[in-house]
Amino acid sequence: MIELEGLTKRYGEKVAVNNLSFTVRPGIITGFLGPNGAGKSTTMRMVLGLDRPTAGDVRIDGKHYDQLKDPLTYIGALLEAKAWHGGRSAYNHLLCLAQSNGIPSRRVHEVLDTVGLTAVAKKKTKGFSLGMGQRLGIAAALLGDPRILMFDEPVNGLDPEGIHWIRNLMKTLASQGRTVFVSSHLMSEMALTADHLVVIGQGRLLADTSMADFIAENSRSYVRIRTPQRERLLDMLHGEGITVVEPGAEVLEVDGDKAEAVGELAARHQVVLHELSPQRASLEEAFMQLTAESVEYHAHDGQPAGPVPQQQQQQQQQQQWGSDWRKG
Amino acid sequence: MSTPQPPMPQAAPDWQAAPGSPYPTYTSPIPVVRTHLGHAIASEWTKIKSVRSTMWTLGVFVLLVLGLGLLTGAVVASSDTVVDGESPLALGFFGLLLGSICLITLGVLTTASEYGTGMVRTTMTACPSRGRVLAAKAIVFFLVAFVVTLVSATLVGLMHVTMLEGSGAGEPTGSEWLKGTVGVSLYVALLGMLSLAIGSIIRHSAGAITIMIGALLAPLVIALFMFSESLRDVQQALFEYSIPNQMSVFYANSLSDSGPSGWDPLWIMLGVTAVAFAGAFALLEKRDV
Repeated sequence: MIELEGLTKRYGEKVAVNNLSFTVRPGIITGFLGPNGAGKSTTMRMVLGLDRPTAGDVRIDGKHYDQLKDPLTYIGALLEAKAWHGGRSAYNHLLCLAQSNGIPSRRVHEVLDTVGLTAVAKKKTKGFSLGMGQRLGIAAALLGDPRILMFDEPVNGLDPEGIHWIRNLMKTLASQGRTVFVSSHLMSEMALTADHLVVIGQGRLLADTSMADFIAENSRSYVRIRTPQRERLLDMLHGEGITVVEPGAEVLEVDGDKAEAVGELAARHQVVLHELSPQRASLEEAFMQLTAESVEYHAHDGQPAGPVPQQQQQQQQQQQWGSDWRKG
Repeated sequence: MSTPQPPMPQAAPDWQAAPGSPYPTYTSPIPVVRTHLGHAIASEWTKIKSVRSTMWTLGVFVLLVLGLGLLTGAVVASSDTVVDGESPLALGFFGLLLGSICLITLGVLTTASEYGTGMVRTTMTACPSRGRVLAAKAIVFFLVAFVVTLVSATLVGLMHVTMLEGSGAGEPTGSEWLKGTVGVSLYVALLGMLSLAIGSIIRHSAGAITIMIGALLAPLVIALFMFSESLRDVQQALFEYSIPNQMSVFYANSLSDSGPSGWDPLWIMLGVTAVAFAGAFALLEKRDV
C-alpha cells in the first residue's frame, strides 16, 4: 500500500506536484493517468525517495522509503527506460542489484527467464532495443519478488506482443495480492488494465475513482442520425420533447439510449433514415475533457505553421513571449 | 529449499492476510534480509569489475608505470653520469605521476558515470541509504587503486634496483622502500578517492576529470611563469604544495628544501580528501537524485 498525503514538489517557481493525496491499494491495478508533464514521474520518484518532497509525506506500508531495510523485496520499480550503464551486461546489472539487497543470484536467472532475456543475458545493454530495455527494467523491478510494483509508462516502445505480455503480467501480479501502480498518458491502455484510476493534471488531483465509475460517469452515450428529411424529423423530435444536437450539416445527435424511440417515431411518420446508430463517446475523449485545462504542452490544431507575413509574425511572437512567461 | 515462483501468468494467486493489515497482501517466498554495508560493497565490487573502463584505466596505469620505469631505468643505466648515492627508487616517479591521471579518471567514473547513464536512480532505489552507497564505492575503489599501485610501484622499484646495481647508486634503506611503495601508493589511491568525491559532487564525468587534472598540473604550471619578485612567496608555495612535488617527497627528491617533508604529503592529501567527502556526503543527502 502506498499512501500520499499532501505531497508537493516545487522546482523554484514551478509547482510540479501540488498537494497530492491518495492511496494505492493492494490486490488491484491502480492506473496513474495524466498528460505529459503532469507530474506523474516526479510523484513516482518521490515515492522512491529519489526526490525530496517540498511538503507532504509519502509512505509505503507505513514507512518512508529510506526506512526500508530490504527495499527491493518491498517495492520494485520501472522508472525510465535504460537507467543503467550500457557497458554492463544484463546479467551483471541485475546481479549488482540483487547483491545490494542480499537476494540470491539464482533469482537473476529467474527474472531474466520471466521477461524473456535469457538469450542476451551476457550481452552489453548498450545494444538493446527500446523494447528489450523495458523488459530489463521490468526484470529489475521483479527481482526482489516485491509486494508493491510501480511501472512508469511500461508499454512505451513495446511491440503488440510485448504490450499484451505486460498487461497480463500486471493482472497476474495484482491477482496475487500485490499492489500495482502504473502510470500512463493513454486512457485506452488504462481502460484495459486498471481497476482504479487516479488522474492528475499540472500536479493536481483531478479524479480518484474506480474504473467502472469513471466509465459510467464519463462515457456519454448518444444516437447518431442521418436523414434526407432533416427539418421534418427535427420538428417531430422537438414535438416529443427530445433535445437534438446538430454537430454537422448532415448529422443529428440525440443524447441517451434513444435509438428505439427515434426509430419508431420515424416509422410512424414515414421519415426516411439513412443512419440510426447508438454511439458511446470514448474514454479518451472523457480524459481529454477532464485534463483539457491542465495540459502542459499544447500543440496548435490545423495546418502546420507555414511562413507568416513579417508583421503578423512579430506580433504573434510578442504575444507568445508574454503568455509563455506567465504560464511558466 | 522451495524455489520462489516467478510471477508467470499461470502462477496461482497467493492471497494471504498480513497481520494487522486490512488488505490481503502478497508475501514473497524470498527470505527477507536486513541489508548492510557488506551488501553494498558486494554490489559495488560487481559494478567496478563488470565495466570495461575499469580494465582500460588500470591497464594503461600499469603500462605507464612499468613502461616509463623501464625506459628511464635503461637510459640512466646506460649513461656515464654517476648517480652518486641517489636512491634508484626515485626513477619510478615519472611513471606514477602520469599514471595517477588514470586513477583520477577511474575515481571520477566510479561516481559520476552513474549520473550520466541514469544508473544512479536504479542504485539509489536498490539502496536508499545514499551515504552507504558512497561509502561502499569509496572502500571498493580505494582497495582496488591501492593494491594495483602498490604492486606496480614495488615491481618498478625492484626493476630499478636491479638495473642500477653497481652503477654507484645507493642501496635503498627499509624506510625508503616503505615510502617509495606503501607511502606513495596510499597517496595516489587517496588522490583517486578525492576524484571520486569530486565526481559525486560535480555529477559530470568530463567536468570532474578536467577539474582533477587541473588540480594536478595547474599549480606547477602557473608557478613556472610567476616571474614577478613580489610573487616569490606565492610561487614557492605553489611549487612546494603542488601534487607532483608532494609525490616526489616520497622519493626524497623535492624541488625545494622547505615545504612538506617526510610523510607530510599523505596527511595533507588525507585532510583534503576528508573535507571533499564531507561535502560529497552532505550534498548527496540534500540533493535530488
